[in-house]
Amino acid sequence: MTMDKIWVLVRQGILDTAYMTFPSTFFAYLLGLPLGVLLVISQKGHIRAMPTLNTVLGAVINFLRSIPFLILLVMLFPVTRVVMGTAIGTRSIIFPLVISAFPYVARMVEGSLKEVDPGLIEAAQSMGMSTFQIIRKVLLPEALPSLVNGAAICITTILAYTAMAGAAGGDGLGKIAITYGLNRREYGVMYAASIALVVMVQIIQILGNILTNALDHRKR
Amino acid sequence: MSESTRPMIQIQGLTKIYGSGASQVTALQDVNLTVNRGDIHGIIGMSGAGKSTLIRCINRLDTPTEGRILIDGQNIMDLKGAQLRAMRRRVSMIFQQFNLLMQKTVARNVRIPLEIAGVSRKEADDRVKELLKIVGLEHKARAYPAQLSGGQKQRVAIARALASDPEVLLSDEATSALDPMTTQSILALLQDINQRMGITIIIITHEMAVIRQICNQVTIIDGGVIVEEGSVDEVFTHTRSSAGRRLFGIIKDEIKEDEITEALRIVFDGTTRNEPLISSFILKSGMPVNILSADMHRIGGKAYGQMLLSLPESYADREKLTNGLREMGLTVEEVHTS
Ligand SMILES: Nc1ncnc2c1ncn2[C@@H]1O[C@H](COP(=O)(O)OP(=O)(O)OP(=O)(O)O)[C@@H](O)[C@H]1O
Ligand SMILES: [Mg+2]
Repeated sequence: MTMDKIWVLVRQGILDTAYMTFPSTFFAYLLGLPLGVLLVISQKGHIRAMPTLNTVLGAVINFLRSIPFLILLVMLFPVTRVVMGTAIGTRSIIFPLVISAFPYVARMVEGSLKEVDPGLIEAAQSMGMSTFQIIRKVLLPEALPSLVNGAAICITTILAYTAMAGAAGGDGLGKIAITYGLNRREYGVMYAASIALVVMVQIIQILGNILTNALDHRKR
Repeated sequence: MSESTRPMIQIQGLTKIYGSGASQVTALQDVNLTVNRGDIHGIIGMSGAGKSTLIRCINRLDTPTEGRILIDGQNIMDLKGAQLRAMRRRVSMIFQQFNLLMQKTVARNVRIPLEIAGVSRKEADDRVKELLKIVGLEHKARAYPAQLSGGQKQRVAIARALASDPEVLLSDEATSALDPMTTQSILALLQDINQRMGITIIIITHEMAVIRQICNQVTIIDGGVIVEEGSVDEVFTHTRSSAGRRLFGIIKDEIKEDEITEALRIVFDGTTRNEPLISSFILKSGMPVNILSADMHRIGGKAYGQMLLSLPESYADREKLTNGLREMGLTVEEVHTS
């Protein structure tokens, strides 16, 4: 296959991969961010301690995270069909990606928010802040660099998962690498698609690092 | 009761027990304390005495197990939700570790209480400028806390604490992370705030010097119990409790090791003239004097602090020494260190 043709293929692969990755990340955060906040503030000794809820939530999240993505993808077929209209294709893979990623996002957010100095929360309480104000004015802004760093990791993880989209009739770089490499022995295409994946991951990670540093005012 | 004589804070039968069963800790036991309007009231005690627990009960960061706390006559024990938060805006707090938001500029930090109170943007801007001027940090408005020294951070925290126009300022070891010079300047600022704005201040510390520099009232707490209280002059010149003696350095560990059980304590309370009193006593009386320890500070040209002298063997010599020093206008007492 000529370089031109490979490029046309890979370029479409990049677009398909991005099309699956970014909306999935967005919706995973829509669910995972509030859940991560809830995981932190419902802890014993935190601003809205609800130990039972915290334990249950933690267990559900662990359960969801322990299911391998490929199995979840298949298990979710009926639900995906209802939610997305169809269970196969590049667009419909977004749903299982979100379901698989949001517990991961919640844990990521939890980790970031836990780093916030308890002294700051105490100071916020002493100023007469409400729970919501503490979340909005203290927890989230203080954890912002760490949250951004976590988001970069989440995006790259979801991006890697999209490689399995082929199993549900989706496209993207992963699908291209597998079809051309494994089935047609067109190794040039396989390597090109794989390199494109690696480059995408690198770019996201580097941008994430730059943004994290720019947002961090804790250092001199 | 008139406005000026009504106590600002009344603590009645306050008990705080942490945990339950075998791991139970009684942090405070039947504490009764009144803080008058406009006072700078020091609470001093060793580590673990219950100082932080006490101050955290006053703004209900901790919930007392038993007892009542009245702020300006209002019982704060039953306050919940919005009422509790409104009370906390009247009772500000500063901390040992400053607790500034590291991701926000100095100005944004000071602004936060105003945002919570719903003050308009324009008004808040003006107020922040004013507050930063009070603490002498106008030029740092756009800096981040990480770019400031410890003393500057505490000034920002003080400005932030003042933003809600509080009636009471609680200070939990606010100078303990600072060097002596910076401590002095922060204490001077607190005193200035107390005098200019009439804010009642409660200062927690384990350092006698802090109490002596700015407090007019002092409470000594030991093992969760108040063991001594009164005006600073009174408590310092006639320390009765052993916790007080330890905190004021009247009982020194080195002395214990030497097995000296009695000593003569001289208190310098700022009233004596700035002269070498001890050497002139020696010259005048021809009596040798053995100085065990001395802990002196000069504030505004006056001598503050204390000195421990060893007591002579004979009764006659003791009398001579004690009377001689008293004649020089010094406050002298025999202390027993065991
Ligand atoms: N959240 C808590 N749970 C259990 N015990 C506690 C808690 N907070 C304080 N205590 C205990 O209560 C006692 C008083 O603690 P507190 O922090 O009030 O002392 P402190 O006088 O402020 O000491 P320091 O000078 O070291 O700050 C200590 O024995 C401490 O271990
Ligand atoms: Mg303490």
